Amino acid sequence: MVEETPWQQALRYANRANPYPFYEELRRTPVARQPDGSYVVSTYREVVQLLHDPRVTSDQRKRPDTPSNPFEATIITEDPSEHDVDRRRMMRHFAPPECPQTIADFEPEIRRVFGELLNDMKGKTRVDFVDEFAFPGPVTVICKVLGVPLESIPRFHGWIEAALDGLDFGPEANDPEQQRRTAAVPDQVAEFRQFLAGLIDQYRKQPGPGMFSGMVNDGGPEGLSQQSIVRNAMLMLFAGHETTVNLIAHSVLNLLRHPDQLEKLRRRPELIVPGVEELLRFESSVQFWPTRSALEDIEIAGTTIPKGAPIFLAYGSANRDPERFENPDRLDLERPDNQHVGYSQGIHYCFGAPLARLEAQTAVGEFVRRVQNPRLVEDPPPYRRNQIFRGPRHVWVDIDGIRD
Amino acid sequence: MTVPATVAELVRQFRANGRIVIVGASLAGLRAAEALRAEGFTGSVTIIGDEPYEPYDRPPLSKQVLKGWVPADHTKLPRLREVNAQWRLGVTATGLDRAAKQVRLADGEQIPYDRLLIATGTRARQWPNPDEAALEGVYSLRSRDDAAQLQKALAAPPSRVVVIGAGFIGSEVASVCRELDLPVTVVERGSAPLVGALGGVIGEIAAEMHRDHGVDLRCGLGVSSLEGDSGGHVRRAHLSDGTTVDADVVVASLGSIRNVEWLEGAGLASGFWGVGCDAGGRAFDINGVVTDSIYVAGDVARSPHVLYEYQFLAMEHWDNAVLGAEAAAHNMVNLEPHYRPHLLLPGFWSGQFGLNIKSVGVPPFGDEIVFTQGSVKERRFAAAYGRRGRIVAAVAFDHGKWLEYYGKLIEQSGPFPPPPPGWDHPPDMKPIPAEFPQPGVPTAIPDVVLTGHDPSERGAEFRPRPR
Ligand SMILES: Cc1cc2nc3c(=O)[nH]c(=O)nc-3n(C[C@H](O)[C@H](O)[C@H](O)COP(=O)(O)OP(=O)(O)OC[C@H]3O[C@@H](n4cnc5c(N)ncnc54)[C@H](O)[C@@H]3O)c2cc1C
Repeated sequence: MVEETPWQQALRYANRANPYPFYEELRRTPVARQPDGSYVVSTYREVVQLLHDPRVTSDQRKRPDTPSNPFEATIITEDPSEHDVDRRRMMRHFAPPECPQTIADFEPEIRRVFGELLNDMKGKTRVDFVDEFAFPGPVTVICKVLGVPLESIPRFHGWIEAALDGLDFGPEANDPEQQRRTAAVPDQVAEFRQFLAGLIDQYRKQPGPGMFSGMVNDGGPEGLSQQSIVRNAMLMLFAGHETTVNLIAHSVLNLLRHPDQLEKLRRRPELIVPGVEELLRFESSVQFWPTRSALEDIEIAGTTIPKGAPIFLAYGSANRDPERFENPDRLDLERPDNQHVGYSQGIHYCFGAPLARLEAQTAVGEFVRRVQNPRLVEDPPPYRRNQIFRGPRHVWVDIDGIRD
Repeated sequence: MTVPATVAELVRQFRANGRIVIVGASLAGLRAAEALRAEGFTGSVTIIGDEPYEPYDRPPLSKQVLKGWVPADHTKLPRLREVNAQWRLGVTATGLDRAAKQVRLADGEQIPYDRLLIATGTRARQWPNPDEAALEGVYSLRSRDDAAQLQKALAAPPSRVVVIGAGFIGSEVASVCRELDLPVTVVERGSAPLVGALGGVIGEIAAEMHRDHGVDLRCGLGVSSLEGDSGGHVRRAHLSDGTTVDADVVVASLGSIRNVEWLEGAGLASGFWGVGCDAGGRAFDINGVVTDSIYVAGDVARSPHVLYEYQFLAMEHWDNAVLGAEAAAHNMVNLEPHYRPHLLLPGFWSGQFGLNIKSVGVPPFGDEIVFTQGSVKERRFAAAYGRRGRIVAAVAFDHGKWLEYYGKLIEQSGPFPPPPPGWDHPPDMKPIPAEFPQPGVPTAIPDVVLTGHDPSERGAEFRPRPR
């Protein structure tokens, strides 16, 4: 058998809980060619450089092999000028300059949501912090931001789970079981799309609260097409919580693994903002992004990425690069100069980052303040299948109670 | 003890008990003080500032403050850490005695120092005719007080505003006026706005921007005089082409003057162009010899930049004040092998007419420009500046996220024109002349003469130029 590259090993499900030793090996070759002709970039400097290189496309339609992707033709898989225009058309219903208050106005709601989830735990001694906290919090928030009825959460949750499970970039992609999962994806995505198309149609007839309604009823000269709204709506509903779920789950997990840091945060709540940045660096919610490729030969770190080659930018590895972060495997809530790439950089910099940060800060802050004597039950916990949106499926914690 | 060990011991003692004085209590002064503490300096830090206020931020003054979004007194700079300094605010430093190592204050006090940081920045160049400048309704914009007064005047509202000079600040003021729906006339001696900073090609685009937003833009013209009414309020500007513009608010945005007068006689390489220093922020004396105890940072500093043929650059930008202050602070409390250069890639941002303008590098160092990304017509683009086949700067209009890429190319002396982007590029990517004006010859610079004869007595001296 041919030996697997560090990247392939990092992508194996068995290593999901801890891909970092493989990343470490991977970084010895900052730009590493894989047997399938793709290039994996794992060092901080090179990742950042390519994120800003206008010869790198994010649009898979420009690749010779044009793989299919549930997020095709959304802002995350478009290049300028399309990208800039579409992003702006969406942004104006979410953030400054047009909507400077949207996110700030949600703060009380976010506080209430996470507060109630903790209230619901009263009287319990064992809690799954994924199912009872990290998942319901962000999903409720994103539904309210976008204008998706909360009753539909179980439906789209199923579609999203199935779509995520079916996406595999590792050596297990060809296992029969995985192939079955992959085969199910298109139907799941189609149903998801149909659900959103219906919802958006409804908002067209009768405007309501939230971004979706704003986007369909945008009277400005720069309206989005129905198709584009539906595709981007899926992206937002999906990316708007999956990443935050994993971030909050990982934050709980890692604080429990590092009692000194948890204690520090308890004593000095002002560390919550830099602390969440460190938690983001420590376990990037998006481990890598798979849609980029080279439009020209690009020379970087002594390697030439040939025109047409797929490029994987490994954020999860870049954020643990010792050339950039001193002692990268140490969780240090007071880390100075913590410019991680957990939300990427450049034009595809995460659109929802300010909202996600606020959610994570609130969730982690409340967790630290209210949960009494939390102890991890299972370490490592079971992980979800997906490699891009990597996170624990459950985080069981024994607790003494919930403070008011 | 060996000599190096003695020196190291001295530095250790200095870090523990030394006296550092910072003159200039603004961005560079504050960040330097914070950096000194971050470096572990536990001696005394005294910060002297002639403004009565704690350090505040200037960029919002010509933007959010003028629009009335943020009151002028809500611009205090955030504190990054405890500086534990003795603040001497509202008092001007009037002299420097290098022999006695003392800073003289206007109230007669002398403040001794072991190391000194000069961070006195610049001030706005006032309208040259003092009587006209004293008319009510004539403003310039540098300080918090300036911004508060001008904001009040704009809110009045005036019937028309005349802005003299269309550099960054003048353009920002004009833009705010239009946002407030005030009639505004901009008079610019050059061929277009921003020409000095970004060249004529970009200047033309800026000019269109002004006009599209309803600014009455008059280029290639000067204001020759300002006329007041009997109550001493400005009411009219006379232009060099013989025309007049009626206005009740006039904003002179004529560039800046470096605050170096207090250094006169101190024997430093200071003057019209700022205080010369090495790339580590160590001031040069008048002979061009580096000093050991005097450092400079921020708008008032001028140092050689390796990327730009070691030319002395003064960079009046926010980043430069912050990073220059940090480098100077580091060097003040460390030993030679650990000195750090301040090798910033200069950068600037400005907000005007709903657009974000950003540049990296030194555009006037280039003589050619090429549009590389986006569309000039849609006013969202990036362009690179080149000189002799090498990229030296870039500018972006609503395309700021790409500057990092150009910055990297500039740092690496990348080729000009740069490698073409894979998408969204203008149809014609041919470099054209960037059209910078010939560097003007500044007036009123003193003559420098060499004195002494023996090598050991040789020295330089400034002599005021006879008029
Ligand atoms: C309206 C405005 C808008 C701007 N917008 C931008 C922008 O968008 N982007 C950008 O990059 N830059 C911008 N700048 C430039 C930026 O603010 C400056 O680069 C920065 O303030 C420089 O900091 P500094 O500490 O060196 O000097 P200053 O901020 O000028 O501070 C020097 C201080 O020293 C004091 N002082 C002077 N002489 C003495 C003395 N003898 N004794 C005691 N105290 C003294 C002064 O009163 C002042 O408080 C703007 C500037 C202005 C005025």
